[in-house]
Amino acid sequence: MMILSGDPPRSRVLSLLLIVIVTLLALAPFLFPGAKAMNVATKICIFALLVASYDLLLGYTGTVSFAHTMFYGIGSYGVAIALYAMGPTWTAVATGIVIGLPLAALVALCIGLFSLRVQAIFFAMITLAVASAFQVLASQLSWLTGGDDGRSFRLPELLRPGTVIIPKDVFGFEFNGRTLTYYIVFVVAAALILTLLRIVNSPFGRVLQAVRENRFRAEALGYRTVFHLTWANVLAALVAACAGVLNALWLRYAGPETLSFTIMIDILLMVVIGGMGTMYGAIIGAAIFILAENYLQSLMGMASKATAGIPVLPDLLHPDRWLLWLGLLFIASVYFFPTGVVGKLRGKN
Amino acid sequence: MTDNTNMSVHVSAATEPLPQTKRDVIPLLLPVALALVMIPFIGSPSTWVTLTVASLAMGMMIFIMASGLTLVFGLMDVLNFGHGAFIAVGAYVATLVLAPMSGYVQADSLWLNLAALAPAALLSMAVSGALGLVFERVLILPVYGNHLKQILITMGGLIVAEQALYALWGPQRIPLPLPTSLRGSFIFGDIAIAKYRVLAMIVGLVVFGFILLVLNRTKIGLLIRAGVENREMVEALGYRIKRLFLGVFMVGSALAGLGGIMWALYREEVHASIGGELTVLIFIVIIIGGLGSIGGCFIGAILVAMVANYGGFLIPKLALVSNILLMVAILMWRPRGLYPVTNR
Repeated sequence: MMILSGDPPRSRVLSLLLIVIVTLLALAPFLFPGAKAMNVATKICIFALLVASYDLLLGYTGTVSFAHTMFYGIGSYGVAIALYAMGPTWTAVATGIVIGLPLAALVALCIGLFSLRVQAIFFAMITLAVASAFQVLASQLSWLTGGDDGRSFRLPELLRPGTVIIPKDVFGFEFNGRTLTYYIVFVVAAALILTLLRIVNSPFGRVLQAVRENRFRAEALGYRTVFHLTWANVLAALVAACAGVLNALWLRYAGPETLSFTIMIDILLMVVIGGMGTMYGAIIGAAIFILAENYLQSLMGMASKATAGIPVLPDLLHPDRWLLWLGLLFIASVYFFPTGVVGKLRGKN
Repeated sequence: MTDNTNMSVHVSAATEPLPQTKRDVIPLLLPVALALVMIPFIGSPSTWVTLTVASLAMGMMIFIMASGLTLVFGLMDVLNFGHGAFIAVGAYVATLVLAPMSGYVQADSLWLNLAALAPAALLSMAVSGALGLVFERVLILPVYGNHLKQILITMGGLIVAEQALYALWGPQRIPLPLPTSLRGSFIFGDIAIAKYRVLAMIVGLVVFGFILLVLNRTKIGLLIRAGVENREMVEALGYRIKRLFLGVFMVGSALAGLGGIMWALYREEVHASIGGELTVLIFIVIIIGGLGSIGGCFIGAILVAMVANYGGFLIPKLALVSNILLMVAILMWRPRGLYPVTNR
């Protein structure tokens, strides 16, 4: 209970689901050693973290920000540029983190102070504008960011796939640098999600929820809501930047697509489908979404072939159109189960 | 402008006229001042004229797309993140008409070209207006008064609409050539003015004039302006403001569709992503103008276009963030936009 900050899943099905997901992720390198499966597992970890940090804003304070990928991108680029410029050393990784994270926090602080005083809707528009400007900047400042090609880099010796840490003949499984990188991602993501869970269950988190329910009343009770909202924004940005760092380390690359609006929409879908205002929703949402992204497409491909000959239907079922169906699911979930999968599961008990 | 054009109400008993609100002209002078200030920086007068005309044309197109959105927000406090969908739909529908009529489009006669463009524009407006009806009834009606859900639902609508366009037309970019007689430029001495920009300006001015006429000279317009200022009061007087709002929403969507076909012709290609791309620009415009204000939206659109054009010419790198800088500058000066109309 301590580790969950006194906020357990409160539903048998949900607990079971979470245990299954976390166990599978923890054992992923042993159970699914394939390259694709490992990429899926890592992506679930990274996105669960990113979505959890976004949930701190959307679910707990009710502010819609479209600049979340910007912070994710700052983290990614920070490490990528440092490793690219300074060579594959641990000092470079540290430099990237030391520059990237405070930068993300600073930008979040500026945006927050400038625009969180006004309505939620204004904040949404301003973050949208700032994020799109940042995206253009990143693809234009090619001397720094590598432009549209992004920056590929080499990792420190220890994290490379070629480095064998425990050879195959010991456990019948090769534990190499890549596996180590996966565990770094997994452990950091898990630790940060637990930290976020701690934050939302602290007095600070309670104030955030009060602001979400009724900002005016929270203010009347004497809480400085702008202060709390700005802090939440900065914290969310910091965690998003951490997710960006992990993403860059795994991909050994950072490019403008980390900043793209598509990822922002993905995050939004994951938060809403998983369940706003519950940190567990982030894990469920990310798992559902990324599994769908990777495996629903092949299913749709089959459906598309099966319906060949019928007009329009094959096009609607084309694998590239999977976002259409998730979009419909998204709209349906905002209407019919606004608390997402987690809320639905909790409601039954 | 909706806030400062008073209806001339004369009460027969009153001897002196009712006090008028002061006309606020400073925002009106902004684009003029900006254009004049730029003359020495740009140097050559002919370049300046070309850039100014380009900004005006671009501004008019943005205004056409943004006008509906700002009224929709002002009237019902609904911010539609899916507005871009109507722009994209308008552009795609235009290809349905313009492709079979390519004979008319390629003919070297202005009238034949316009005979192809007019039905295309009308059909675009009809389809995006109808889509607006569906959008309002199905998506927005159930979430009135809840900003968070509105943003999420309309974002979802944008995603679905964009994906549906890809499914129906395919993901490739569709070329949409300009009609023959609208290609090229009018040349006056060493000043070149693209013909299509002149058409865009004319259409933009006609739309602006029409909106002002409806808002200031008709009963519907009076109700809309009253609704923007105080919705409850209009409802209390017995008007069904939701129906009024539906009308505004449909007209706004239709105008977005018109803007979409104009923008697609300007770019000479159609792609579903234009909706998402232009959404950002449109939001900046309506924030600058003051949410709910048509006049502010008009000035905002021209300012944004001017900054983009002059900025792109003088300091290309800066042009990328110029819109944001403009928005920050305006909001520092007037935190609720050029013409704050709503008290929200």
